[in-house]
Amino acid sequence: MPGLTQAHSVVAPSTASRRIAGALVIVYAIITMIPLLWIIATSFKTPPDSISYPPKVIFTPSLEGYVNLFTTRTRQTPEVIATLPPPTTWYDKLVRSRNMVIAGPSNVIPRFVNSIIIAFGSTFLAVFLGTLAAYGFSRFKVPLKDDLLFFILSTRMMPPIAVAIPIYLMYRELGLSDTKLGMILLYTAVNVSLAVWLLKGFIDEIPREYEEAAMIDGYTRLQAFRKAVLPQAATGIAATAIFCLIFAWNEYAFAVLLTSGTAQTMPPFIPFIIGEGGQDWPAVAAATTLFVIPIFVFTILLRKHLLRGITFGAVRK
Amino acid sequence: MTELPAQTAFADRVAEAMPSGIGKTVRGLSDKAIAWLFIGPTILLLLAINIFPLIWTIYLSFTNYRANRPNAEVKYVGLDWYHRILGDADVWAAMQTTAHFVIWTIIIETVLGFGLAWLIDKKFRGHALWTTVILIPMMLSPAVVGNFWTFLYQPQSGLFNYAISFVTGIDPSSFQMLGSVRLSPWAIVIVDAWMWTPYVMLICLAGLRSIPDYIYEAAEVDRASPWRQFWSITLPMALPFIMLAVLFRGIENFKMFDMVNLLTGGGPGSTTEVVSITLKRQAFESWRTGYSSALAIILFVTVFGLANIYVKALNRVKQR
Amino acid sequence: MRKLIAVAAAIGAAVLMTGASIDGARAADKQLTLCWAAWDPANALVELSKDFTKQSGIDMKFEFVPWTNYADRFLNELNSHGKLCDLIIGDSQWIGGSAENGHYVKLNDFFAKEGISMDDFMPATVVGYSEWPKNTPNYWALPAMGDAVGWTYRKDWFAKPEIQAAFKEKYGRDLAVPKTYDELKDIATFFQGREIDGKTVYGASIYTERGSEGITMGVSNVLYDYGFEYQNPKKPYEMEGFVNSPGAIAGLEFYKELYKCCTPPGASNSYMSEGLDAFKSGQVALQMNFFAFFPGLYKDPNVGGDKIGFFVNPAGPAGHFTQLGGQGISVVAYSDKQDEALQYIKWFAKPDVQKKWWTLGGYSCAKSVLNDPSFPESAPFAAQFLESMAMVKDFWAEPSYAQLLQAEQKRVHDYVVADQGTAKEALDKLVADWTQVFQDDGKM
Repeated sequence: MPGLTQAHSVVAPSTASRRIAGALVIVYAIITMIPLLWIIATSFKTPPDSISYPPKVIFTPSLEGYVNLFTTRTRQTPEVIATLPPPTTWYDKLVRSRNMVIAGPSNVIPRFVNSIIIAFGSTFLAVFLGTLAAYGFSRFKVPLKDDLLFFILSTRMMPPIAVAIPIYLMYRELGLSDTKLGMILLYTAVNVSLAVWLLKGFIDEIPREYEEAAMIDGYTRLQAFRKAVLPQAATGIAATAIFCLIFAWNEYAFAVLLTSGTAQTMPPFIPFIIGEGGQDWPAVAAATTLFVIPIFVFTILLRKHLLRGITFGAVRK
Repeated sequence: MTELPAQTAFADRVAEAMPSGIGKTVRGLSDKAIAWLFIGPTILLLLAINIFPLIWTIYLSFTNYRANRPNAEVKYVGLDWYHRILGDADVWAAMQTTAHFVIWTIIIETVLGFGLAWLIDKKFRGHALWTTVILIPMMLSPAVVGNFWTFLYQPQSGLFNYAISFVTGIDPSSFQMLGSVRLSPWAIVIVDAWMWTPYVMLICLAGLRSIPDYIYEAAEVDRASPWRQFWSITLPMALPFIMLAVLFRGIENFKMFDMVNLLTGGGPGSTTEVVSITLKRQAFESWRTGYSSALAIILFVTVFGLANIYVKALNRVKQR
Repeated sequence: MRKLIAVAAAIGAAVLMTGASIDGARAADKQLTLCWAAWDPANALVELSKDFTKQSGIDMKFEFVPWTNYADRFLNELNSHGKLCDLIIGDSQWIGGSAENGHYVKLNDFFAKEGISMDDFMPATVVGYSEWPKNTPNYWALPAMGDAVGWTYRKDWFAKPEIQAAFKEKYGRDLAVPKTYDELKDIATFFQGREIDGKTVYGASIYTERGSEGITMGVSNVLYDYGFEYQNPKKPYEMEGFVNSPGAIAGLEFYKELYKCCTPPGASNSYMSEGLDAFKSGQVALQMNFFAFFPGLYKDPNVGGDKIGFFVNPAGPAGHFTQLGGQGISVVAYSDKQDEALQYIKWFAKPDVQKKWWTLGGYSCAKSVLNDPSFPESAPFAAQFLESMAMVKDFWAEPSYAQLLQAEQKRVHDYVVADQGTAKEALDKLVADWTQVFQDDGKM
């Protein structure tokens, strides 16, 4: 048995089986990345290239998708265009070459800003509330603790559409429909359950001796929490925050049902970026690319804590 | 409830041991006050945005209220909606579609996810990097994923059809993943599997890594074949983790809305109309608020009930 | 790490503050938001509205949503009593619900005060876009955009001698614009899979969209011609034998045959924009679409000009009708700027503005424009437009329209695209669905 020949462990797999395993995993990883790479590539294609048959793997890159994403354009006859002053910028030129004229900026920037405000705002609130509650659950005897914790979790079992029905009515009464504040509060409520569960795990791992020592030194409980616990929990808080951020960034169902313009975020906006006919695929791909780049960064930052996050802290490495 | 456990009463004990004046400063706010101060806001928020609406939904499910007619008289209809839903063939069809989707995604994701985890657990060179790469799809927005897969599934220009035709030689425009009654239920399963296999993989990987080496060492000493080791050690010991992954995927896919909504919108016909899409149509297109509230409650009870039964099973497996 | 978190927390708090304050302080400057669908005429309206801004000093902002999302988004917005839109060009079928639930401002007093008369607009559009209840003088909108379903065809392909010869050989008659649906199907069958200029082309693009209203807007054109009625003309809400009459069943079967025989691959979910894409890319010989797109198609560099022709919806065995499209413009009751919004409507109703509206590519409903003797010659589709508007029928405009529409979407799509059951079963189920809706509403 080749495994036995390994010095450090009798069960370490052989080099050959490792190589095969590695090859299989890499093949899977590559296949799984193709759709994403294809979208990124599409964002640099011209509209005709994007829907050509057979699909074009090699193409002349163009920024038309990005220009179309950020502008609204109107079609003009060549005679009208000839009467206009010559284009001054590269993107004007690009648009003119399609017999179009830029009419103004598109809605994408306000929607992106909405996404940022709502995601960061709700993450901040959820982590703030979640840290306090997690500390409370971790350190104090709370009546019906297990029930409360389960109750917090069970709020995630509702289908989002089911939650949206009463929220819609409630927000209508309160004037919170299509407001950023309304969306921030809603995402906070959804995220706080994740935050409590994750952070309770992280805080449970911090030995109580730290605070106890601090309190013997004359700190109050609140001071001890701030000076002794928070710094220890920093990594956990950061990981939790990123999880909350990703949820709020990606959320679609509430956004599509509860916002219509003022507070609309990117996910309900991207699918409806259209050109003269149907979807303007290079522009959609450009929006998708810009939208997922932060996610790539977050995934790399989070890779050590991913497991914990996706299982609500049920599995810790 | 009246007895404080030793640790949390620590401050009090310290305080008791001190002269009374110092005791006050040591304690500041009492622990009980702090506990409520810390937990209270979260509970309040959840009461306002989760529990109050839930109760309201229950109330609405007994009425004929419609959100698009706020001025109409609201009548109490008793259990009418529940009767109607449970006897509605269209709702049952949606439930079946959902079941097909949930069961097949779980099977595929578990097999693939466990397989991948098992391979990654061989710790080949660079496994950490490739694991991170594999994880990316599950971090994306399901809505955006659903949207761009419609592009990959285009009958002529789509990459998916082209890839299939490249491998099998079938004409890429001869089949429509999203337009055909036969294929569209699989189209949504494929995208879900693409997105969420890494999720199952990650949890299974944790399961495999939790198996201590000495068990395998003992098996080696007993000359158990690798095949036997797999069936009698690896799989049973990883089973609680696999079951946990299945639980989470089951709940998530039962609720599935965004990805399917953007991929097929429930079509063609009602072939891929999972129950969340039915709910959305009733609640936000037909504005049958009372009816859809009843459906929402039924769904919630179903998820909650199934999850509870499952958790019991999971605990039994863990205890073994 | 601690510093990082402190910084992140500060940013989060700041963002939260700005988020809250932006919501609090709405822009108080003079600006109106107009909501409509994202399509060619909307761009024309942007152009037209520049004159309004010049005259009144009121800035115009626009919120345009693609058709497949349009009803969902804006009905949701209206029902949530949102303030996004001051003016809305809402679909014709919304009028009942929007009037009864107070989403729109009633315009009778305003019309009387400003001397705007509904007699100056084409009757079909006044009934279709403005009145609720129908055929009563209660106005909730000003007819803004006349529209109906029509057809485009590839004039250049029809003119090819070899194609004409092949058609004559196969069908024993000349290849010409179809007058009946049977002729249309022959032509579509003829072109399906044919090689033209080295490319495989297909017969016709028709509406099959599932999610919003597509397949209903498409199938209705055939159903009306085959004898489908929404209700007994003598007894409201009596649908048995009218919705599922033998004629209606034959019509539905015909639509399915047309879908199966003559549409391009992947056309299982196609509506206006997919139709445009199919026609503009040279895939199809015939295209069903709304007149609203015809000015844009005529301008198209690849298939416009000499290459495109237009015809009205063909007749069927039981009659000759077409599906009404189009919208009126209304003032949203939740807007804080109703006065400015009314000012816009007053401006829009002026005859010279209406005239410019037509030249820019919008379909005016004003008699001053349409009855002008030069109108039929003013565009290659103008005469067809007039003809179509004289034979329009519309879907239910009841307050429960969305529910009624959804039922038809499901039943028709299930039968036509998803191959479930028979045409009779589909229409029987539709009668049952609609009966249920009206019973729940207390109308039956």
